[in-house]
Amino acid sequence: MGRVTPASGSVAAPSAPAVTLDFPALGVRKINAYLHAEATRADHPRVAIANPGGAHNLAVGLNAPIDVEIMGHAGYYAAGMNKLASVTVHGNVERGVAENMMSGTVRVKGNASEAAGASMRGGLLVIEGNASGRCAISLKGGDVVVGGDVGHLSAFMAQAGRLVVCGSAGPGLGDSLYEAVLYVRGELHGLGADAREEPLTADDVASLTALLAKAGFGHSPREFKKVASGRTLYHWNSDAHQEY
Amino acid sequence: MCGIVGFLAKPQSLRARLGEAVVPMLLCMTERGPDSTGLALFTQAKTAAHRFNIHWAGTHDWDALLAQFRSAFDPAARIELRADHAIILAAAEPGPVRAFFARVDPAIRVLSVGHAMDIYKDIGPPATVAGKYGFKGMSGSHAVGHTRMATESAVSLGHAHPFTTGTDFCLVPIGSLSNYHSLLRSLERRGILFVTDNDTEAACRFFEWHMREGDTLEQAIVRGFGELDGFYTLLMATDDRLVLVRDAFACKPAVVAETDDYVAVASEFRSLAHLPGIGDAEIFEPQPERIYSWAV
Repeated sequence: MGRVTPASGSVAAPSAPAVTLDFPALGVRKINAYLHAEATRADHPRVAIANPGGAHNLAVGLNAPIDVEIMGHAGYYAAGMNKLASVTVHGNVERGVAENMMSGTVRVKGNASEAAGASMRGGLLVIEGNASGRCAISLKGGDVVVGGDVGHLSAFMAQAGRLVVCGSAGPGLGDSLYEAVLYVRGELHGLGADAREEPLTADDVASLTALLAKAGFGHSPREFKKVASGRTLYHWNSDAHQEY
Repeated sequence: MCGIVGFLAKPQSLRARLGEAVVPMLLCMTERGPDSTGLALFTQAKTAAHRFNIHWAGTHDWDALLAQFRSAFDPAARIELRADHAIILAAAEPGPVRAFFARVDPAIRVLSVGHAMDIYKDIGPPATVAGKYGFKGMSGSHAVGHTRMATESAVSLGHAHPFTTGTDFCLVPIGSLSNYHSLLRSLERRGILFVTDNDTEAACRFFEWHMREGDTLEQAIVRGFGELDGFYTLLMATDDRLVLVRDAFACKPAVVAETDDYVAVASEFRSLAHLPGIGDAEIFEPQPERIYSWAV
């Protein structure tokens, strides 16, 4: 994760009145229980979590189309296992944001630590700042869009879905990649085993255009390099004597 | 697991209340390490006398100990006592002093020797240890702390962190080394004595030995990148610096917050959330194999 100033914590004009839950007063269990139950029964469910103070496991396991705003920095596994909900973090997150997300949207206004979007199966994760190492590790579906750089070993063993990096990618990008596709606008600081650059196709340009617009970035898709699997590690090769 | 914290205060007002900043950081790291807790603090000015930090559990006649110490080494020796911990300030050489304490009672442990650094550590979670020794009221220019979750060796005072070797140098880690037995053997062959079977002690002695051989701390750390096999974040302190590194894989966490008034380091952001001005701090995660060093 690069050296940047954290997000200011400003919030867009609310579309519906929000219920504000104060983290120091309630703690993580009460807040998550509210998000799992009461919040899903409101007409226009919008919940803000105030003073998160880097707490872990905030807004995990959501399973309804509610809007959640975390008004500061969050800790580990923020919005993990998300389904249907839209979660915005007005600050940084630590490791494992949106890990195993099934659907919905998670947006981080600041930076993300390790393993952002690990094992995601669906949905959209947007990190407006930088993401640290192992971003989108073992990605199994869905889209991860990073406004800045990603760290080392990102998209390791990613099986499906897309990782879009608007900045540069650290060493070992896409090591042991399966069928996920990676797009990087900045520098590639070294590809991992069996990852290779491929030319952008018309389909890539079309789908990347739509994804960048959805994530809120104005870059031209033609500025991106595509990285995909060389498919040489798919099957065990007894003749290779473990030399690949 | 384990938790680390570090705090370097710049203005005098913050140095006078160093403990108030550090104690909540340590308490927040309880879940990462409830087995033992330790804190190394650095005085603002070096003392001419050596600072011998010792731990002597139980009820003892400290006056008699001081009298014996004075007659053996320095009639002007002073003692600062807090629970089981004492700092003896004296013009005396570390070797004979260690031998003296071992003779008086083998249960006396010398925790540190230096001219600026004091180390407090004990078994128990941060709330217990910080309360017992009154961490909150302490002052100084910078401090590093550790909350330990034992993984590779026993829970004991000897295995509690920070570890120190030489003078005014200490180290706290998160993570573990897998080749510490071979490090230990290679250092022992050079005549370096170990007190514990702990991997942190191996790392600490490795760096200190290379510095004695003429390396700067940075040069010793670069050697360590090649020779310390493991996953780690290491936070080190000397009388004039706070130094932070992560191994090449950088899977052990660390987060840094810098303002005009302080540099704060912790395993997790929530340990920093209470600090004054944190909302405007520059917050970042250290890069793999990059040495971060802040001067006092």
